[in-house]
Amino acid sequence: MEFFRPATLIDALALKSTHPTALCINGGTDVMVELNFDRKRPETLLDLSAISELSEWSDHGDSILLGAGVPYTRIYQELAEELPGLAMASRTVGSLQIRNKGGVGGNLGSASPAGDAHPPLLASGAAVNVASVNGTRAIDINEFFLGPKKNAMNPEEIITSVLIPKARGGQQYSKIGTRNAMVIAVCSFGIAIDANNKSVGTGIGSAGPTPLRAHEAESYAATHLDWVNGSAVTPEMMKEFGALVAAASRPIDDVRGTAAYRRHSLAVISGRCLKWAWTSTQDMRSK
Amino acid sequence: MRLTCTVNGKVETIDDVWPGESLLYVLRERMGLPGAKNACEQGECGSCSVHLDEILVCACLVAAGQVEGAEIKTVEGLAGATDLHPVQQAYLDAGAVQCGFCTPGLIVATVDLLEKNADPSDSEIREALAGNLCRCTGYSKILDAVRLAAVRLEGAGKH
Repeated sequence: MEFFRPATLIDALALKSTHPTALCINGGTDVMVELNFDRKRPETLLDLSAISELSEWSDHGDSILLGAGVPYTRIYQELAEELPGLAMASRTVGSLQIRNKGGVGGNLGSASPAGDAHPPLLASGAAVNVASVNGTRAIDINEFFLGPKKNAMNPEEIITSVLIPKARGGQQYSKIGTRNAMVIAVCSFGIAIDANNKSVGTGIGSAGPTPLRAHEAESYAATHLDWVNGSAVTPEMMKEFGALVAAASRPIDDVRGTAAYRRHSLAVISGRCLKWAWTSTQDMRSK
Repeated sequence: MRLTCTVNGKVETIDDVWPGESLLYVLRERMGLPGAKNACEQGECGSCSVHLDEILVCACLVAAGQVEGAEIKTVEGLAGATDLHPVQQAYLDAGAVQCGFCTPGLIVATVDLLEKNADPSDSEIREALAGNLCRCTGYSKILDAVRLAAVRLEGAGKH
C-alpha cells in the first residue's frame, strides 16, 4: 500500500488526479475501522491531515466556510453561536476521542445515511466545496447524497470545505439511540428556522437510503408558524409537522431499529424540535 | 516505511512500519508499550486512549503514517521516577480497578479531563469518560477516583 501525506492542497489534488482510487483519510474515525477490520485494502491512502487549510474555518459574512477537517470538538467549541444545529449534532458524535478527530469532510465522504452532520447541513442549505486539478465546484447539499454511502463526487475530487449559512433563527438537532454516547443514530432530525425569509429547513437522518429533506413538513411549518406575533407552537402543529416528517422518511428494518419505530420516533422528535427551535427563534428576536 | 515520532518525550525511529497499521499496533507491537489496550479496534471502547499532539484520541483510529513527526503521550509516560501520577494513585486508592483492562485508557482520559477542567461536575465526568467502557461495570468507583484525583490535584495546585 502506498501512503501519501501531502502538506498542501495542490499536492493532494495532483496525487488524487494520478491516483483516483486513493482513499482519503483525515480524522481516521471511519477509514481506520475499515482498515482494521480488513473491509478495505486500498492501494493508496491519501492522508489529508497535514494540510492546514482543511482544518480552518472562516467567517464570510452571512456564512461560515468550514474546512473539511475541522474536528467536531472545535465546531461546538467555536461555532455554536453561528451554526447551532451543526454544533448540537457535533456534540452527539461518538465520544470525545472521536469528536477530537472526526470532521464534516469525512462524514460527507462516507455519505452514510446516519451521518450526524447531514441533517443540519440539509436543514441549513449548505454547499459542499470539492476540488480537483481541473478546478473547484460547489455541490448543493440537496444534490450531494446519491445513495447509501454514495455521493456526487468524482474519483479525482477531494472535499475541501462546506459553506454553511449562519443561523437566521432557531435550530435544533435530535437523535435517537440506545445511550447518550457512542451511538449511530437509529434516526435523527435537524431543523433550521429562517426568520428573515420566513422559511423552515429540515433534515432526516438514518431513515432512508440517503439523508432526506421533509419538504411538505417545511411548507406546513412555514405557513402555520406565527411569524408576526411569535405565538407558541401548538400541540396540534407539533403532531401535524411530525406526521409530515415521518411521511417523508423512507426507513427500513435493520439491526438498530424497525421502520415503524423510526417513523414513530421521527414524528415525536421532529415535533419537539419544531417547538424548541421556534422558542429559540423568539429568544433570538427579543435579544 | 520508517516512522519518526516523539513518544513520552523521547524521539523514536521505527522501521518497517506498514503505513495503514494503527498507531496502537505501532505502540504495542513495534515499541513494546502495552499500556494502551487493544480491544474493539473501532473507537468504541476507549481502552487505547492516548494523547496525540496533546489531543485525546483512540490510538486504534490513527494510521501509523499520520503520526510522522507527532508527539504521543501514553499511560506509560504519566508516572514520575518514584511516584505514580496523582490520577493513577487516585484510581488505586479509590479501588477503581477491577480486571484492570480499561484502566489505562480511563486514566489517560481522566488526565485529559482534569487538565481542561480542574473541578468537573459528575455530569461533566460522565460526558468526558463516555467513550471509555468498563466491562466489569465498575463505574461508580471510577467516578470516585476522578473526584479524588480532582481534589488532590486542586490541593497540590498542579494540573
